[in-house]
Amino acid sequence: MLDKVIFFFFAGVAILSAALMVTRRNAMHSAVFLITTLLATAGIFLQLRAEFIFIAQVILYVGGIMVLFIFVIMLVSLDVALHQVQFSRQKWVALFVTLALAAEVGVMLWSSRQVPGQGFLVPNAMPAGKLPANTEALAGRLFDAYLLPFEIASVLLLVAMVGAVVMAKKRT
Amino acid sequence: MHPTLHAVLVFLQTWWVELVSGVVIVAVVPLVAGYLVLMERKLMADMQARLGPMRVGPHGLLQPIADAVKLLIKEDIIPDHADKMIFWLAPVTSMTAALTALGGIAFGPSFLVARDINVGLLFVVGVSSMGLLGIMLGGWASNSHYSIIGALRSTAQLVSYETAGGLALISGLLLAGTLKIRAIVDAQEQYGVWFVFLAPVAFFIYLVASIAETNRAPFDLPEAESELVAGYMTEYSGFRWALYFLGEYTNMIVVGAVAATLFLGGWLRPFPNVRWMNWLDAVPALFTAAVGAYSVYRAGKQPVRVQVWFMWGVALACFVVVLILAAPLVVAPLKFMVPGLNGVFWFLLKITAYIYLFMWLRFTLPRYRFDQLMHLGWYILIPLAIVNVLAVGVAVILETAYGWNRWLAMLLATVITLAVALFLLRLNDKRAAPASSATPPEEPSAEDFYAG
Amino acid sequence: MQNQTLLGADELVLNMGPQHPSTHGVLRVKLKLDGERVRGTECVIGYLHRGVEKIAENRSYQQFAPYVDRMDYVAAVSNGLGYCEAVEKLLNVEAPPRAKVIRTIMTELQRIASHLIWLGTHALDIGALTPLFYCFREREEILKIFEKYCGARLTTHAFRIGGLQYEAYDSFEKDVERFCKDFERHIQEYVDLLTGNSIWIGRTRNVGVLSVEDCIALGASGPVLRASGVQWDLRKAQPYAAYDQYKFEIPVGTNGDTYDRYMVRMEEMRQSRLICLQAIEKIPAGPILGKVGKVLKPPAGEVYHSIEAPKGILGYYIVSDGTTQPYRVRIRPPSFINLQALDKMARGHLVADVVAIIGTLDIVLGEVDR
Repeated sequence: MLDKVIFFFFAGVAILSAALMVTRRNAMHSAVFLITTLLATAGIFLQLRAEFIFIAQVILYVGGIMVLFIFVIMLVSLDVALHQVQFSRQKWVALFVTLALAAEVGVMLWSSRQVPGQGFLVPNAMPAGKLPANTEALAGRLFDAYLLPFEIASVLLLVAMVGAVVMAKKRT
Repeated sequence: MHPTLHAVLVFLQTWWVELVSGVVIVAVVPLVAGYLVLMERKLMADMQARLGPMRVGPHGLLQPIADAVKLLIKEDIIPDHADKMIFWLAPVTSMTAALTALGGIAFGPSFLVARDINVGLLFVVGVSSMGLLGIMLGGWASNSHYSIIGALRSTAQLVSYETAGGLALISGLLLAGTLKIRAIVDAQEQYGVWFVFLAPVAFFIYLVASIAETNRAPFDLPEAESELVAGYMTEYSGFRWALYFLGEYTNMIVVGAVAATLFLGGWLRPFPNVRWMNWLDAVPALFTAAVGAYSVYRAGKQPVRVQVWFMWGVALACFVVVLILAAPLVVAPLKFMVPGLNGVFWFLLKITAYIYLFMWLRFTLPRYRFDQLMHLGWYILIPLAIVNVLAVGVAVILETAYGWNRWLAMLLATVITLAVALFLLRLNDKRAAPASSATPPEEPSAEDFYAG
Repeated sequence: MQNQTLLGADELVLNMGPQHPSTHGVLRVKLKLDGERVRGTECVIGYLHRGVEKIAENRSYQQFAPYVDRMDYVAAVSNGLGYCEAVEKLLNVEAPPRAKVIRTIMTELQRIASHLIWLGTHALDIGALTPLFYCFREREEILKIFEKYCGARLTTHAFRIGGLQYEAYDSFEKDVERFCKDFERHIQEYVDLLTGNSIWIGRTRNVGVLSVEDCIALGASGPVLRASGVQWDLRKAQPYAAYDQYKFEIPVGTNGDTYDRYMVRMEEMRQSRLICLQAIEKIPAGPILGKVGKVLKPPAGEVYHSIEAPKGILGYYIVSDGTTQPYRVRIRPPSFINLQALDKMARGHLVADVVAIIGTLDIVLGEVDR
């Protein structure tokens, strides 16, 4: 019962914020609502007992990526955006893609209804204590079975960082 | 009974401790932050050969209350073209982040708001880093070119030093082996020594990084430059400014709590496992009793009735606390409560010592210029922190897999890191000597700025 | 040749307004910035102009003496010394030896007091909060001595044309000696707080460098000149009052940056203390006022007399037309002339350094504007 309440709270906040985010004219307001959406999603992760993903979402998404977004919004002149048309010319394509996605998600949810042990719309949270601590489990797999992809991802990130520094230096 | 009512009662029954602690934190911590401001003013005065606030309350003890009342009744000014929603949101975000981070801290073995979550330390660090958003949004909402630049600078500083601080925390976590707050302190109890003695370089890096993260001197140029370039707090007045200010001091408490938990042994008393130091268990009760006795002594000397009552109130509170602290010492069946109750005292003492160090540094050191600040963070602290993580990791492996003596391994790690630090500083000096802040202008400036 | 910065502003003008915590008075500095770097500065002065030189034409010589105190109000005694000696030159009288020695002691104490204010405010601008209070604690002792001597702490009007009006009070030597004995310990406090501090060095080393050629071309004087390497101090070059009787060093710097100016002024404080200690050992007995009449009517002529004030070379050019009121008094204000160096020193630095550079010039707006 408590699970349901918490889930609907977070999910509701997420959906409402997402809707507000795409309909605001002011870019900063959109960014703030995106932050709320991300925090609500993090809350859902926490409710699913995935606490590492929860805190990673907060630190990386909210504390890192959203800060970057807000940096960019601050540095770019925004008066232009306020006067632009809000809905683009490709609205029919967008509508079609959205309906297709919604159909896919609906079919997925409907089919999961028949799997025993899964509630419709609300997955049961794992009972506490059954999972090993998230961080240790994740670390075990990451550095053991998935070491190569981890290293490749690190090199990719390094390349991106070096590229960004080189490009920034070239301007000055 | 009605199922919803039943559910609500079950919820309250399971979670009442957390709810009450949460309410206590939100109610008490801003007051504590206010008294930290008073402590800073008195300390600053003492180091500057003067007295500090003396008028309001005995020796200025009621000053924070007076300041809070004044700020609350001030007119709430919102600049004309400011973004109203964000103007309201920014200080709230700052304060909320700091208070939520405090929710993850354990003040004693059984005094914690969030039931020992698995990612305890990461939770505290991550949520307190959301205070960044409060600064950026505040700068934006002021709608002034210089406010925005001040906010961006402040954010850049915070982000840089967060990296270094996080890496320093990782060194400590390598020793602890877990992110759970209670388990970290238990690990220190098992080792029998606080982690600061095993990894002093990590503690020092975290100290410097946390000073920069809370925007304190010597890293307070984004705030102090508000004389020349408006800082992010300029347009805020009255209680909104108070929220920012209290948020900064609450951040100091959070950072002090993290340092105390990971490096200074949390709620453990000094020498936790040494039996002949058990007399230290009586220190909290004796200290509080001394404070209470002094309050009674001074109560008689106050000139004003309100101050007399205030001192008697303080004395009464002290004696109640003494009863709570002393009872388990004296009454045998309650002996198990000693580490818990005394633990809160030791924890608060450690946080206070850490914050005292912050304040002491503020009054002593001049301010870094912004480019020097960023240089220090990126060129010196981050490489040093990375090397420290490697060195401590090697030391831990040497101890667990190769059976080295723990102290020897950690000493080796410390020596290696200090050697690298010396090397970095030498490199820094050589690089800084020719490149001063004054780049000679590219063209001989023929422009005559005085013409016209 | 203007760079486009990220924000699309190529050169912006930033105003450090007349009211500013760090300009030490009502000084307006217009900074032309390119991003963070200063490309040029323009000082707007005159906010404290009171027409002192014009007033002099309508006052008698003795009546004008209190006005000069109000120019460099931080070091009033030196201003008075310069003026009294200039008029004495015009009148062709000399102050008696006792007056000269007491004048020297008072002026050196005033030099210490002026440098203390400079140190406190300069450190405060750079972010060190504590030295200000320590400096004012020491300055308090000096001001107490002044108050006991002539009744005033700040605008003292301590000297008279021809000598002194007040005899040194009974415990004058003892007070000065006690102050000097204590002061060494306090100087060591400031040195401990600032001199070796790497943050202080980082903020002041290579900041605001003024080469020797620039110094001389701009007419800079005082510690600003000496820190660039020129050993020129009027106390040694053209001795006045009783300075030729005492042994003291002139501190000289090498780089001409803010750190050198800081070291020069710290050492000057030490040397002033030594002069005071030497002077109080032997204050000659005798009259304190030379032979000047009640009404001062110097013969027609002109005189230029300069002294080494704490801020630099303070000069008085007095033209007399034979009446009781001077025809023209022109004052060479060291702060005004040193302030011209601001543009040269600030170019290429960051905005945060401008505050340090203004502080290191040690200007007093009362003197700049008169």
